Amino acid sequence: MTKSFPTTRRRFLSAAARAAGAGAAVSLLPAPFVLAQPAKVKVGILLPYTGTYASLGHNITDAMIMAIEEAGGTLGGRPVEYVKVDSEADPAKAANNTNKLIFGEKVDFLTGPVHSGVAMAMVKIAREEGTITIVSNAGANSVTRQMCAPNVFRTSFTNWQNCFPMGPEMMKRGHKKTVSITWNYAAGQEMISAFKEGYVKAGGQVVKEILLPFPNIEFQAHLTEIAGLKPDAVFTFFSGGGAVKFMKDYHASGLRKSIPLFAPGFLTDGTLEAAGEAGEGIVTTLHYAESLDTPLNKRFTAAFKQKTKRAADVFAVQGYDTGQLLIHAMKAVKGDTKAKKEIITAMAAAKLDSPRGTMTFSKSHNPVQDIYLREVRKRDNVVIGVAHKALADPGTGCGMA
Amino acid sequence: MRPLSRPLLVALIAALALLAVFPQFVERYYVQLATKMMVMAIFALSLDLLVGYTRLVSLGHAAFFGLAGYALAILQRDLGFVSLWTTLPLTVGFTALVALLLGALAIRTSGIYFIMVTLAIAQMLYYFANDTKWLGGSDGMFLDAKPTAEIFGLQLFDLKNRVTFYYFALGALVTSFLLGRMVLASLFGRVIDAIRCNEPRTRALGFTTWRYKLAMFAIAGALAGLAGYVGAAQDGIVNPAFLSWHQSGQALVIVILGGMGTLYGPVVGAFALIVLEDVAAGLTEHWLLFIGLFVIAVVLFLPRGIASLPLAGCVGRLRKRGGGAAPLPERRAAEAGDD
Amino acid sequence: MDVSSFLVQSLNSVQYGFLLFLVASGLTLIFGILGVINLAHGSFFMIGAYLAHWLQLKTGNLFVAIALGLPLSFLLGLAVERLAIRFLYARDHLYQVLLTYGLILIFNELQRILWGNDVHGVPIPAVLDASVPLNETQSYPVYRFFISLACIGVAAAMYFVIHRTKLGMLIRAGAANREMVELLGFRVNRLYALVFALGAALTAFAGMLSAPVNSVYPGMGEHILIISFVVVVIGGLGSIQGAFVGAMLIGFVDTFGKVFVPEAASLSVYAFMAAVLLWRPQGLFGARPA
Repeated sequence: MTKSFPTTRRRFLSAAARAAGAGAAVSLLPAPFVLAQPAKVKVGILLPYTGTYASLGHNITDAMIMAIEEAGGTLGGRPVEYVKVDSEADPAKAANNTNKLIFGEKVDFLTGPVHSGVAMAMVKIAREEGTITIVSNAGANSVTRQMCAPNVFRTSFTNWQNCFPMGPEMMKRGHKKTVSITWNYAAGQEMISAFKEGYVKAGGQVVKEILLPFPNIEFQAHLTEIAGLKPDAVFTFFSGGGAVKFMKDYHASGLRKSIPLFAPGFLTDGTLEAAGEAGEGIVTTLHYAESLDTPLNKRFTAAFKQKTKRAADVFAVQGYDTGQLLIHAMKAVKGDTKAKKEIITAMAAAKLDSPRGTMTFSKSHNPVQDIYLREVRKRDNVVIGVAHKALADPGTGCGMA
Repeated sequence: MRPLSRPLLVALIAALALLAVFPQFVERYYVQLATKMMVMAIFALSLDLLVGYTRLVSLGHAAFFGLAGYALAILQRDLGFVSLWTTLPLTVGFTALVALLLGALAIRTSGIYFIMVTLAIAQMLYYFANDTKWLGGSDGMFLDAKPTAEIFGLQLFDLKNRVTFYYFALGALVTSFLLGRMVLASLFGRVIDAIRCNEPRTRALGFTTWRYKLAMFAIAGALAGLAGYVGAAQDGIVNPAFLSWHQSGQALVIVILGGMGTLYGPVVGAFALIVLEDVAAGLTEHWLLFIGLFVIAVVLFLPRGIASLPLAGCVGRLRKRGGGAAPLPERRAAEAGDD
Repeated sequence: MDVSSFLVQSLNSVQYGFLLFLVASGLTLIFGILGVINLAHGSFFMIGAYLAHWLQLKTGNLFVAIALGLPLSFLLGLAVERLAIRFLYARDHLYQVLLTYGLILIFNELQRILWGNDVHGVPIPAVLDASVPLNETQSYPVYRFFISLACIGVAAAMYFVIHRTKLGMLIRAGAANREMVELLGFRVNRLYALVFALGAALTAFAGMLSAPVNSVYPGMGEHILIISFVVVVIGGLGSIQGAFVGAMLIGFVDTFGKVFVPEAASLSVYAFMAAVLLWRPQGLFGARPA
């Protein structure tokens, strides 16, 4: 049932005609009466399937489909059609891709993306058009702050959530002076400023904030600079290939011996095999860890492994919960996608049993969840505690909060 | 510049009529796609003024396209301007001013240096936008609302409506085209003609040629700014890609494929390329490969592009106010300063 | 900034400068002798890096990969010259820009088809995978010394070829006065093809060397292309010394720009270029335009 772009024009037109016909049929009869062949629910997925973030896109997609298949493969009794568009994690193409899904494919639900810049563009258009949207990864604060909207939900995290608790933790360990280093883009900046907020409140001092142009991974000059500054600790955010490169370069520069490294969990998720020795001992905070010892998490990781032959990770969990949220809401309205108000009410009140633990939604439609403290030991993110219990994003600037 | 031939005039008017009724017959997806084409058309048309008419090959024209987008975003976010009546002139005026400043630097060079310097200037702005928190970094900026069009509190039209916005873009395109024709038909335009045909001789006639070139650079920049304004307002998004050198390169391709030195050529080129992009992208993931091959084929087999203004067509007479006529030879300007 | 930091940053600058020189010297030679502005020059950098990645995977050794990749990129350069560039010699710059832009699109798509869109890391050869301790907190990776040494080697070889051999004499003569070399009856077509292919191979070599340091990713050629333009504009078109001086200057401006004006790190080199142009529009070593 999976269709992916690019669509040819002819196919596109005929699909549009079919959709128009189906729409007419549905509007003539109330949904429950359409027994013979209920119209498909169209779920639009805007995720990267190529490039640095490709593996994230695949894990989110597969876990989301897995959740819906576990529930019988239908949403509110209607079969599902997944329309995938490769976002290429490119903000420049985001508006176009979103337009394709909303206007071209006329999807009932919109999910994705990984990249915050893509999310901003996607949410901006979704707000104007009222399409019910579930952000399944991008952590840009503003999605559930200034830009929050009744029809926009998030099953992942805000950049603030994962970094704020690290500040007090580092002070607890006696690191009073820190240098931060990250990419100069919204996600990086938000993570650093959230960390700083918690750290300064606890009495710490960020002596220098180093920003690299995204996605530059030539760290040498900056590592030299850190060595000169001699801080107590370094707080960093990188992900994917950049994370591996940073851990390796940090190791090679000899800094790891004297200056410990702290980060949001994205640094060490899915990167530890590649980083090898260079990852050991790094302490991170995240809303999930594969090693979480709960029955649901064990069942989830096993099922995901069996289905995809890949290890589950935080992204798969977010995809899984996106699927769960869709199931929950569509069950509440018995598959009637026209009942937008009721769908939104059901989503906002949802209490999901997630592999990460129990999760509810704040007034701004962002998860309320535990943030775990993890340490890399033998190439594994071992949970060493809970950095903050049931943490909600403040939702500053959101009219609904 | 020569007057349009009658068949051409009829074709242009027919095309305009077609564009005017287009949104009534198609889905919204195509309305926004056509709006995108018009943005690109204005942008390519403005580049044609430089490349086709003045022989200034700029590989950094996107600088002004993006600059306008960012200017609009900042006017809205930081300075509280929301009206079309204020943001449009301020944005275009600002772009023209910056084009004047950067142009003054770029015009100092010529030929291949000019290509590289314009590219580097655009790249400088690209990185500035990409690295500056205030401008949203690599994620770009988001406009909260479309510009409002009110007169005495009365809403004239609502740009939030995508069909209305389409007509707004169409209006901008027609205006740019007519404005371009006007500029080229003026005495100023004839000096530009002369500079293209033979700059040393034009200089010898007593014209300070660099001033004319700079003025044209600013006019082209302002029109590119208009395109950027419409482009940023359309989706409410502006990001560094607006300034990228691929944006400049694409415009250059459009100008040359469509026919440089015609003004309508780039419009046709923009429409063709975006339709091609939409269709070809549906057929193969690697459609850029074919665009690349096509571009190379045009250069190799159609040495003058598809319908470019002939270099040897410089037969007009140049009059300095009140002065006598000075015929210009049909000769290509020496590429001064290249070697 | 203390003295040791300053010295290490200078080391970083010089290493980056050498790498840039390899790329920019090819670009400036091709312009000086062939009279062609080659936007696709950066693509050879990317191709070099991908070749290093791919051949390293196949052979398991970066040195073998470079040894195989160099002739391959030289041949590719010959082919591109023969099939496309050759037709541009008498043409307006506008068409050179257009055609080489088309080449970029093609190379980028070929890269996506052959190697996909993913970012790849290239491991540093085991022999060089170590760090030299510089002071109590800091070490310097050996591989970076190796890059600089390799670049110095190539630069020295280039100097020797250009100043001590007959080929070099022709190159110098060609750069100074193309028509004269033609008039003297040399097979300029061959000389042109050779220069273009050498330029391509030099750039590809730079791409291979930097693959373990920078990783391998789509679009990597375009960044280096534009920086090389800046180098060439600063140094003066067609001048090898200019390319060298320009590359070193940019190496320093970029590295120290990152440290002193981090907000405008990528901007600093362009601002520097603008300043040079205001002072000398023809570049530091460029001939004054007629």
